[in-house]
Amino acid sequence: MGFVMNKEDFSKTIEKLSKDYRLYAPVLKKGEGRCLDEDIVRYDFVKNADDIELELKSDYSFKEILLPLSETLFYFTENETKVADKDLSDVLVFLRSCDLHGLRRLDDMYLRNGKEKDFFYNRIREHVHFVLIGCTHSYKDCFCVSMGANKIDDGYVFSIEPRDDEFASEIKDDAFTSYFVGQKEDVAVSYVTENETKVNVPDRVPLSIYKSDMWREYDARCIGCGRCTLVCPTCTCFTMQDTFYDAKGKVGERRRVNASCMIDGYTNVAGGGSYRQPKGERMRFKVLHKVNDFKARFGYNMCTGCGRCDAVCPEYISFSTLINKLDAEIKKEAE
Amino acid sequence: MENAYIPFPSKVLDVIKHTDIEYTFRLEFTGDVKPGQFFEVSIPKFGEAPISVSGIGDHYVDLTIRRVGVVTNEVFEKYVGDSLLLRGPYGNGFDVDLYNDGETVVVAGGTGVSPVRGVIDALSQSADPQNKYAIVGFRSPEHMLFRDDLKAWDEKMNLILTVDGAEEGYQGNIGLVTKYIPDLPIKDVNTAKAVVVGPPAMMRFSVMGLLEKGFKEENIWVSQERKMCCGLGKCGHCRIGEKYVCIDGPVFNYTESKGLID
Repeated sequence: MGFVMNKEDFSKTIEKLSKDYRLYAPVLKKGEGRCLDEDIVRYDFVKNADDIELELKSDYSFKEILLPLSETLFYFTENETKVADKDLSDVLVFLRSCDLHGLRRLDDMYLRNGKEKDFFYNRIREHVHFVLIGCTHSYKDCFCVSMGANKIDDGYVFSIEPRDDEFASEIKDDAFTSYFVGQKEDVAVSYVTENETKVNVPDRVPLSIYKSDMWREYDARCIGCGRCTLVCPTCTCFTMQDTFYDAKGKVGERRRVNASCMIDGYTNVAGGGSYRQPKGERMRFKVLHKVNDFKARFGYNMCTGCGRCDAVCPEYISFSTLINKLDAEIKKEAE
Repeated sequence: MENAYIPFPSKVLDVIKHTDIEYTFRLEFTGDVKPGQFFEVSIPKFGEAPISVSGIGDHYVDLTIRRVGVVTNEVFEKYVGDSLLLRGPYGNGFDVDLYNDGETVVVAGGTGVSPVRGVIDALSQSADPQNKYAIVGFRSPEHMLFRDDLKAWDEKMNLILTVDGAEEGYQGNIGLVTKYIPDLPIKDVNTAKAVVVGPPAMMRFSVMGLLEKGFKEENIWVSQERKMCCGLGKCGHCRIGEKYVCIDGPVFNYTESKGLID
């Protein structure tokens, strides 16, 4: 079941939805990119259909709705701790298949790793619903097919994709049917079956690879800026951070902020010790997490093949190339 | 839903000063806790820091803290009657009963003595303390922690107390903990157990020494120290390979830890 809408119907549908939901979608930000006059697509709250970017691939993922870059957890006054309030009204998040696959990784970390569910993640997670943006073609740097993240059958309430001058939606959750204005039709969401970029993910990574020379290249090439982990839909690390507002230090807050295993200070322990100083070691830590260590714990690979880290790297380090290099290195060692 | 991030206030019952920068804070706490586990200690507005449990009583825990960072600096301003905020205990901790039978060696260095203090204590009170060894090392005589315990252990079990270096005229042992491993009078290296805790290099060379002496990998345990921001398996900082030190550790059998490469 689904709907095909012309532009006007689509606008009306979005307008109706925006009355009951906050809509969080990729938005084309003109001139807000890295360099002068460069555009960027990142997530934001929208009210109108025109503001939703359904054509271009987003440079950043949706994850900030669940894991804000900086989130206040508590406010402290002299002897009191108050949990920070949060807008817990329902949200519809527009995302593609790779990112919806990424959500499962976020859930596994925040809801199923360790004994307790993460309170702050869980309280907003319960109010977030997903709209699948169909992929009518593959984009630059995508390797979702190799990672098995090109297609998804559930976890979304309806899909949306542009088709010529029209918009097509497959309805998954009948509760949303009443919002739609347009022609009722059978619609199946589009997905890609082939990417230009392909990777061979090794089945098993031997311990010897941790000590391999292949990582040395990145000691110099990687500058440890952490952009790759910031745009990654599956990176979840955070650091606790306290701050106070006045000189007397009586009032303040505890936050958690995004952290990155690529950035200095990530492993610092009391007394000045740290681990993985060379950038190549950090690269190894990140790469093996994405295609080996996470799988050893949760049973499936972490990387979804969205390719955003390739696009954002200022040193043109390609993650997909790295996976293939890793695979080649393992095969070479096995010989 | 329960919010595991909310800390609870705990009264400072006593402060024991070991050195200028290392104090033990005795804090009010009732509940199950094991040696090797840790608490997230916080001073609101300054931050949280993971600190190992160095002692356990009916209604208190001891936390031995070295003044090395933003949070610990603030903790040192807290004295008897004040409160600290705690979350925990976290981590698996040591299964003390595991080390009670037969020959056991504990090799500990510096603040690494804190997490195994309860283990050494239990060994000193076991049925056969003559089969229990502790090699305890500090940087210098001035850096020694738990002096009263060291005296008690020396009387009850085999204690080798050593310092890395000392001024001329020092009467005790001088040398790294690894120096004493080859000469341990172990009767059966096939069943003897070992626990190693300390700085990374000290742990690496101590385990090497134990393996060379013939200890079996499965009879060696180590405790890892990492940056643990949450203690709940969420923040990611303490991950090594597929393991999270805060929930899977910090105590690992060597068969497991040898495959963990930072």
